[in-house]
Amino acid sequence: MPGVPLEHVLFVGLVLFALGLYTVLTRRNAIGILMGIELLLNAANIDYVAFARYSGTPTDGQIFAIFVIMLAAAEAAVGLAIVLGIYRNFESIDVDATHSLRH
Amino acid sequence: MDLGNAASVAYSAPELILIGAAIGIVAADPVVRAKEQLGAAALLACAAALIAAIGIRLPFSERWLVQGLLRGGEGWLWSRMVVVDGFAVFFKLVFALAAFATVWMSLGSAEVQDSGEEGEYYALVLAATVGLFYMAAAANLLMAYLALELVSLTSYVLTGYRRHDRRAGEAALKYLIYGGVASAVMVYGMSWLYGLAGSFQYRAIHDALAHGAAAPLTVFVAVVLVLAGFGFKIAAVPFHMWAPDVYEGAPIPVTAFLSVGSKAAGFAILIRLFYPGLSEPGAGGAWTTLAGLDWPTLMLVVSMATMTLGNLGALGQRNLKRLLAYSSIAHAGYLLMGFVVLDDAGLRAMLFYVVTYYLMNFGAFAVVMVVANATGREDMDGYRGLAWRGGAVPAVAMAIFLFSLAGIPPLAGFVGKFYLFAAVVEQRFYVLALVGFANTLVALYYYLRIVRTMFLDRPRGDEGVVALDAHNAFLLYFLAVPTIGLGLYWAPVMALAERSVRFFLG
Repeated sequence: MPGVPLEHVLFVGLVLFALGLYTVLTRRNAIGILMGIELLLNAANIDYVAFARYSGTPTDGQIFAIFVIMLAAAEAAVGLAIVLGIYRNFESIDVDATHSLRH
Repeated sequence: MDLGNAASVAYSAPELILIGAAIGIVAADPVVRAKEQLGAAALLACAAALIAAIGIRLPFSERWLVQGLLRGGEGWLWSRMVVVDGFAVFFKLVFALAAFATVWMSLGSAEVQDSGEEGEYYALVLAATVGLFYMAAAANLLMAYLALELVSLTSYVLTGYRRHDRRAGEAALKYLIYGGVASAVMVYGMSWLYGLAGSFQYRAIHDALAHGAAAPLTVFVAVVLVLAGFGFKIAAVPFHMWAPDVYEGAPIPVTAFLSVGSKAAGFAILIRLFYPGLSEPGAGGAWTTLAGLDWPTLMLVVSMATMTLGNLGALGQRNLKRLLAYSSIAHAGYLLMGFVVLDDAGLRAMLFYVVTYYLMNFGAFAVVMVVANATGREDMDGYRGLAWRGGAVPAVAMAIFLFSLAGIPPLAGFVGKFYLFAAVVEQRFYVLALVGFANTLVALYYYLRIVRTMFLDRPRGDEGVVALDAHNAFLLYFLAVPTIGLGLYWAPVMALAERSVRFFLG
């Protein structure tokens, strides 16, 4: 099987995971954080597809990746609806601006 | 035993009933004016799911219409995506009871009623319950992920159900962000497990790892990543920060549902992965971990940190919902004590404690709801002299639930804690037992403070009268009587828990 070695693909996944984690931890904008979560999920997707290519059961990993994509879409839909509600109530989607609950 | 798809239907009756009812309620929502009827339908569906989980046999025949607890079969369902065994059926009973209590509570909750959108609300509760059922039955990484997300997505929406309430919106956003990150990290960890073992099946992963398919350190990192998602569900340190805010902002029935159903399901999924998946059953109910994979030590630290931070956080709280949120974090720590001892006795104690926790925690939130219905208050001052201004029954019930949570005999919580501590001491985890005991004393302080406020403080006259209607009174009796009863005679439930520590290993 010619092509990219598994380690290289996994490394791309790891970098994407690190970038996603960085985004989630540093962004204060709710939409930005949701985008970071998408990066994390796609890092996992890269792994699944890569492992599927090199494992004995290629369909398993690909199916998992498809489910992750589907659930990411569902989560984005729910997430954006919640963010929209936040914007209506607070006129901001900065997570630091929403302070009605005690800390 | 690999049950075919046709046999799977007979074992999946509870889930099918709930899914059917959820779809039916959404379809009927636009045409039904009296929304209580939708709630009643949801209530019936929960009761039917409970009966189906127990099992139905055709009269005068040996044939089982619906297979469940009484039949006690085990095997793979739906092409090896889900298993049925004693462990799964036990949790299904608890979840059906939790859903029943949630819907009953919602029907008497001022926060949920009269919003005009109750149809969606009940459908979401039922859908979340289906997710809980599958969380207990998933023996496959993909199914575990799907079930967990089904619960999470519906919970986000239920938390933000009161759309025009700023607290609800903020709680939903925090839940969404923490939950999204936790489950994404978990999925990444699962991808590692899949890569290391080449399969999603827990048993296949176990076999591959037992034969040294991967370096222990790599497996350990993958397991820690997966723990992010599971730990989030049970609100264990360090993934507990969301709980106080979410519990405070969500409608009270949803808070109760999250604190009991969602947490119990988190424990179910955790036990299923770590016991049959990553450990080896041995003689006499003892389990051994895979070589080099020392997760019990990790969970030991998590358990102690969870109960300590939960109890310390609860000390200064003035809002009852927030206080109970911290108390539920602490209880996740107590439950984890049974998880780390690698013994069937520990698991049995956990299952028993889940039942008692269901009764007492749901009960405490039910009283919070009764008071909030009447006065609109959730803070400690709203409870001043509760017993002397019409709320004698709620006050006495609250005292029972809080004493049970504190673990005072002769209540259910005491028996539950006794078995947990016994399992810990038996395996010589003395430090853990000591930390747990110290925490019980700290917890006693803040539970007693509430009881003192309710009974010993005199009302000042501005707190309002708390009246109890028959609907909510039934719920209080429904939960308080077993809380006392289980404290006096717990043998049947304990026997059921003991029988339910049985995993189908394939």
